Amino acid sequence: MEVDSGYLQHQRLPNDAKLEDVEALLGLSGTSLDKQSLTQPIPTAEDKWQLLPAFLRVKGLVKQHIDSFNYFIEVDLKKIVKANELVTSDIDPGFYLKYTGIRVQMPERVDPDAANRSITPHECRLRDMTYAAPIAVDIEYTRGKHRVIRKSVVIGRMPIMLRSARCVLTGRNEAEMAEMKECPLDPGGYFVVRGTERVILVQEQITKNRIIVQVEKGTMVASVTSTTHERKSMTYVTFKNDRLYLKHNMISEEVPLVVAMRAMGMTSDKEIAQLIAGVDPLYLEMLAPTLEEGASSKLFTQRAALDFIGAKTKAGARRFGAPKRQPHEDALDALANVVLCHVPVNGADFRGKCVYIAMMARRVLQAVGRKEMADDKDYLGNKRLELAGQLIALLFEDLFKRFNSDLKINIDKVLKKPNLAQAFDAYNQLMCHGDLITQGLTRAISTGNWSLKRFKMDRAGVTHILSRLSYISALGMMTRISSQFEKTRKVSGPRALQPSQWGMLCPADTPEGELCGLVKNLALMTHITTDDEEEPIRRAAFALGVEDAALITGAELHAQGTHIVFMNGLILGIIRSAQRFVRQFRVLRRSGRIPAFVSIYIDDHRRTVNISADGGRICRPLIIVEKGQSRVRDEHIQKLMAGKLQFDDFLRLGLVEYLDVNEENDCMIAIYPNEIKPYTTHLEIEPFTLLGAVAGLIPYPHHNQSPRNTYQSAMGKQAIGAIAYNQLNRIDTLLYLMVYPQQPMVKTKTIELINFDKLPAGQNGSVFVMSYSGYDIEDALVINKSSLDRGFGRCQVMRKFTAIVRKYANNTHDRIIGPPRQVDGTIPERFALLDDDGMAAPGTRLENGQVYLNKQSPVDGGNDINAGIGVGGAGAAAVEYRPTPLTFKYPDHGYVDKVMITTSESDQTLIKFLLRQTRRPELGDKFSSRHGQKGVCGIIVQQEDMPFTDRGIYPDIIMNPHGFPSRMTVGKLMEFVASKAGAVKGELQYGTCFGGSKMEDMCRILVENGFSYTGKDYVTSGITGEPVGAYIFNGCTYYQRLKHMVADKMHARARGPRAVLTRQPTEGRSRDGGLRLGEMEKDCLIGYGASMLLLERLMVSSDVFEVHVCEMCGYIGYKGWCQMCRSSKSMVPIKIPYACKLLFQELQAMNIMPRLVMEDI
Amino acid sequence: MALEDRNRVVILEDRVENVSGAEFPMSFSDQGIPFTLKGFKESFDIKIIRLTPTDIEFDLIGVDASIANALRRILIAEIPTMAIEKVYMINNTGIIQDEVLAHRLGLIPIKANPDEFLWKRADEQPTDQNTIVFKLEVACSHNRDATPGEADPKMKYINSAVYSSQLVWDPRGDQEERFAMDPIRPVHEDILITKLRPGHEIICELHCEKGIGKDHAKFSPVATASYRLLPEIQILEDIIGEDAELFRDCFPPGVVDIVEENGVKRAKVVNPRKDTVSREVLRHKQFEGKVRLTRVRDHFIFNVESTGIIAPEKLISQALDVLIEKCDISKTALAQATKGNSEEDEE
Repeated sequence: MEVDSGYLQHQRLPNDAKLEDVEALLGLSGTSLDKQSLTQPIPTAEDKWQLLPAFLRVKGLVKQHIDSFNYFIEVDLKKIVKANELVTSDIDPGFYLKYTGIRVQMPERVDPDAANRSITPHECRLRDMTYAAPIAVDIEYTRGKHRVIRKSVVIGRMPIMLRSARCVLTGRNEAEMAEMKECPLDPGGYFVVRGTERVILVQEQITKNRIIVQVEKGTMVASVTSTTHERKSMTYVTFKNDRLYLKHNMISEEVPLVVAMRAMGMTSDKEIAQLIAGVDPLYLEMLAPTLEEGASSKLFTQRAALDFIGAKTKAGARRFGAPKRQPHEDALDALANVVLCHVPVNGADFRGKCVYIAMMARRVLQAVGRKEMADDKDYLGNKRLELAGQLIALLFEDLFKRFNSDLKINIDKVLKKPNLAQAFDAYNQLMCHGDLITQGLTRAISTGNWSLKRFKMDRAGVTHILSRLSYISALGMMTRISSQFEKTRKVSGPRALQPSQWGMLCPADTPEGELCGLVKNLALMTHITTDDEEEPIRRAAFALGVEDAALITGAELHAQGTHIVFMNGLILGIIRSAQRFVRQFRVLRRSGRIPAFVSIYIDDHRRTVNISADGGRICRPLIIVEKGQSRVRDEHIQKLMAGKLQFDDFLRLGLVEYLDVNEENDCMIAIYPNEIKPYTTHLEIEPFTLLGAVAGLIPYPHHNQSPRNTYQSAMGKQAIGAIAYNQLNRIDTLLYLMVYPQQPMVKTKTIELINFDKLPAGQNGSVFVMSYSGYDIEDALVINKSSLDRGFGRCQVMRKFTAIVRKYANNTHDRIIGPPRQVDGTIPERFALLDDDGMAAPGTRLENGQVYLNKQSPVDGGNDINAGIGVGGAGAAAVEYRPTPLTFKYPDHGYVDKVMITTSESDQTLIKFLLRQTRRPELGDKFSSRHGQKGVCGIIVQQEDMPFTDRGIYPDIIMNPHGFPSRMTVGKLMEFVASKAGAVKGELQYGTCFGGSKMEDMCRILVENGFSYTGKDYVTSGITGEPVGAYIFNGCTYYQRLKHMVADKMHARARGPRAVLTRQPTEGRSRDGGLRLGEMEKDCLIGYGASMLLLERLMVSSDVFEVHVCEMCGYIGYKGWCQMCRSSKSMVPIKIPYACKLLFQELQAMNIMPRLVMEDI
Repeated sequence: MALEDRNRVVILEDRVENVSGAEFPMSFSDQGIPFTLKGFKESFDIKIIRLTPTDIEFDLIGVDASIANALRRILIAEIPTMAIEKVYMINNTGIIQDEVLAHRLGLIPIKANPDEFLWKRADEQPTDQNTIVFKLEVACSHNRDATPGEADPKMKYINSAVYSSQLVWDPRGDQEERFAMDPIRPVHEDILITKLRPGHEIICELHCEKGIGKDHAKFSPVATASYRLLPEIQILEDIIGEDAELFRDCFPPGVVDIVEENGVKRAKVVNPRKDTVSREVLRHKQFEGKVRLTRVRDHFIFNVESTGIIAPEKLISQALDVLIEKCDISKTALAQATKGNSEEDEE
């Protein structure tokens, strides 16, 4: 902000000032409005969608994470330190330590003796390290009588977001990225903590510091969540029994509003009435009972009211040793600092807060009986999104405060000691507990547990492991928004699609099931704001004619024709000509005099003007329309395409502006240029941007039944394909790669924008829609064997196995040794693949049960420090080892892809094995097109048995036509036709939402090339050789291979391992477990009366056990001997489940004696 | 069914009619026309329309669909060829994994006469009679002669791309003399196998074995083999004037011509063979009832694309040999079965 608003403030503009006057005054004329060009006819910019890639270069998708983190690093961090800059001592009043500066440096490695300190994210991934940079502070403190200044003292390490301002990858070109083994298409925006990539999901919250009026349990309530750096509190004004009350957690019961106002020094009923109701008799009438209650309370002075409230105030946790306070002091403190803590109170001047409470009361009265005046919590304008930067800022502030209080305690401890030998140097203390911040940050990010005592915040699952199943799943994760609503509540409101989500959140991309509608995704062209400086905006508002709220009475506040101006939820003042004020304000914003992300809108129902400059609002760019004409013209787009203009230039030239949800609601937005009417204020850049990145992959989604797009949004993330350019350098726990991925024949603009065409996940297959063989029921697919032979759908599965060579307390450590030899010198089969270094080499083929790392661990890892050292090395040899090898445990064979030997952050040797399997599709493997049409492979058919067309085209896949009628995926039919036309003509087609290649054109291409316009062709059966009676719809369609594969799930067992305790078969595939005959199955057998089968299933095949029971005492004894009766007279063998025997013994251990009573049958 | 329709498949707008042939091929017993060898010999014909080193188009006239289909199926699945079946990877430091590289190598067509080789069973040792050995030894390195700043990998490095021409035949036993006339090599020299960068090296030995397309598509001697029925366009009522032009445009060029008689343009079918049966003509209202599309049931237009291992005309005769062999087997089996039956009858 460069507006010299100080000057402007004195030069109040006359109310009838014209726009030009404002411009002239601000020196703007000519810069933002070229009057001549306005009069010219305007060619509509055909290629205005070109703005989209330009936008994505500067903002959008993942950039909000990065922007938010950058804001934290550059601005917020400094603010936090500024707010907590001083550390003093209770012991020595002369001592102080002051932080004069803070900055985060570039990421550095922790290896102590490295020459090159710079580190790449990929090395961190591979070596299980944290990608973090030192946090350096400048300090100033006293040492004895001296003032010491130290620069760049490292107080901890900050995990660095990839591609942020502090990341080594930022601003690098493709070659440099390749050098660093990084994928240039990787979006960044996540952290690498202890070797895992973790994302801080965007959190959705209800807006803070705003009045929300709602009906709660039948009463109208205005609530405000006040948030400041110190605390967070909720304040309510309720309307109960026709009376207004103030409610707050600090005050044990509801306080009559009038009493609360009196406690804040507003003792005049008239003033209260004016502030709430103005001169409107309607409101005055509604207010009467409230005022009456105030009168009947007999609390007429401020002191009396304070005493009344003080008696009900819960005393906050007072600092130890502070004197006990009077009730009225408690009340005053609570009202000043806790109730509505975001409204500033200067000294004892509560007027601002009174006005605010009155405003809340007025809102309640407005909404009583007029439901439409209540607010909608689900409205997107009442939501704020919390991003990585804000969350880390909260965490950092907490840690920094803790760091300082620890520091202070330690300093006090030292200073307490009398007669220090040398002057105390706080620097040493500062260096001592440098781990607190590092540990706190890394732990929070790596576990996802955000617990801040200050805000009573204890959130789990804030961070997630970045899913690298496919490029799309990683990208989808970066745009994901998780909601704070609990999923157990059965309210539909928060889950429903809100009309205000248009263009902001993707309508299709949400999971099914319990999280449906609570987890959302950002649309393509959204941006999330960060905090903007308030002061310059406030000054600008005053300059434009806002009258300060502190100077006006209640009557003026609510006078006809005036609007109350709010700034970030706080009352700024009033304006008498709101329309002009808003217009002028926007002119200032469009000319760049006010930050672009500040929004302003008029709420005519409540007669307010709201200015928002806070962070977390969702906004999106729109083209400005003036006088019925789009400001973006062909010439601009041409310049953009020529690279002469950037997106930010459009913003600066006032051609495009960002609108948040609230302001968007105050505008008239045309979707297409031909829809521009005289009253239109904005024009959409491209309507398809209302979808997100994941739903953007679907061709012709506007022709599909909407849940199908949702299904595809979920499935696109499971598709196997290329993950990143560095995919073969990565060693991930589980990695699925497709051997021959292809870009889709029918693309969308989104696909190109998010680079899905460069990192695709799927293949274009020739698909016939027909019934074939009966193995295609229930969406099963028939697949051509020859296609599979040629590599269709082939994929690779890579798995990581890690071994750490541990060092133990007793100085012993694990060892890796070559294969053992048998007596005759041969190597046992199991160890045959090992090299002499005890590891299998890359390329080795592994079969089930074979060892690929021959590790041994000491039997005793105890505390005897000398065990490993011994005298003269003798002890070392004496250490006993037990084998702890890594064994290949999959039924199918695999290969060693990579072996990596390195050291981790904690200086332990780390060995990572990457094992690879290549799989061709088999029966039961899952496939899906891009329209939510999944199916498993039902049968694999020889090519000669497949039907073929006149041109000798055989299908890769045959799909059953029953998949269409109920699913109504017309988009898929269109994809068939478009891709067939594209294949025939040899060009890619587009299926972009609300656009794409026209069906007419596609049909014409088909006809021109001798195909039927219907896409259906004459087909000959491959089995009989005769024509097929129907024309078969065919084309080539993009098919995704999904990660669910039979090889990973197939499981059967005859005999196998049993659990030690119960002797019952183990559970689960991974333990080669049995298949459970469960409760319901048991009931079936009982109902059927198959008792012997039941006995066999539940006992004989499970844990049958023969016990010998004494007929006399009924206890279990030994074979031929009852220990209880000390006799061998009457022992009988019976068969019971081992679990039953176990139960008896456990009961016996509890002094309950179960007896078995024997009887002849 | 009209007599002339009995070997016609009728193409309607929404379906194909008269799909199946007679229960006993070539005979129409209900109309008193029995199958006669003489009649068959008279009507049967094979015409080779087009023959290139890799493709053949021929007409097979006067047989039942089952015979034509059998021929097609055999072409795809049952003519043996030699293909790389085993890859012994000695070193592979390129980015393509061993299995994938082996798979790619397997799909390269190998120009070798399969008749010269024996089948190799899984438990058999490779001999010069059943195995062809290729060697692939490439290493990529920097090209010292490249101009500094060269961006094209082909110039910048040596062996940046490995092509099928780099497979070296390693003759074993008497293979060298046996195939002196026609040395064994990949059919195409320019199949890209993989790309390498300096430091990458591939050393492997490749064993080719004899196999058929049924087992794996790499053994199939054809890229594709298919047939279609000869299209037929019957103009039932004269199409004149502008309609004639529209009518012509409904077909691929050369199918319908316009003849002017007395200043009246009239559509005339010239070469129905070229028709792709797009049924575009049935879309137009004005031709309703004026045109009838049919296909000749026993006139098969075969199109066979060889992979280049076996010449297309030889492919056909080999396919027929296989077919005859199969018939012989069936005949013997049938003979034995009937013999068994008659013996049973006697008892």
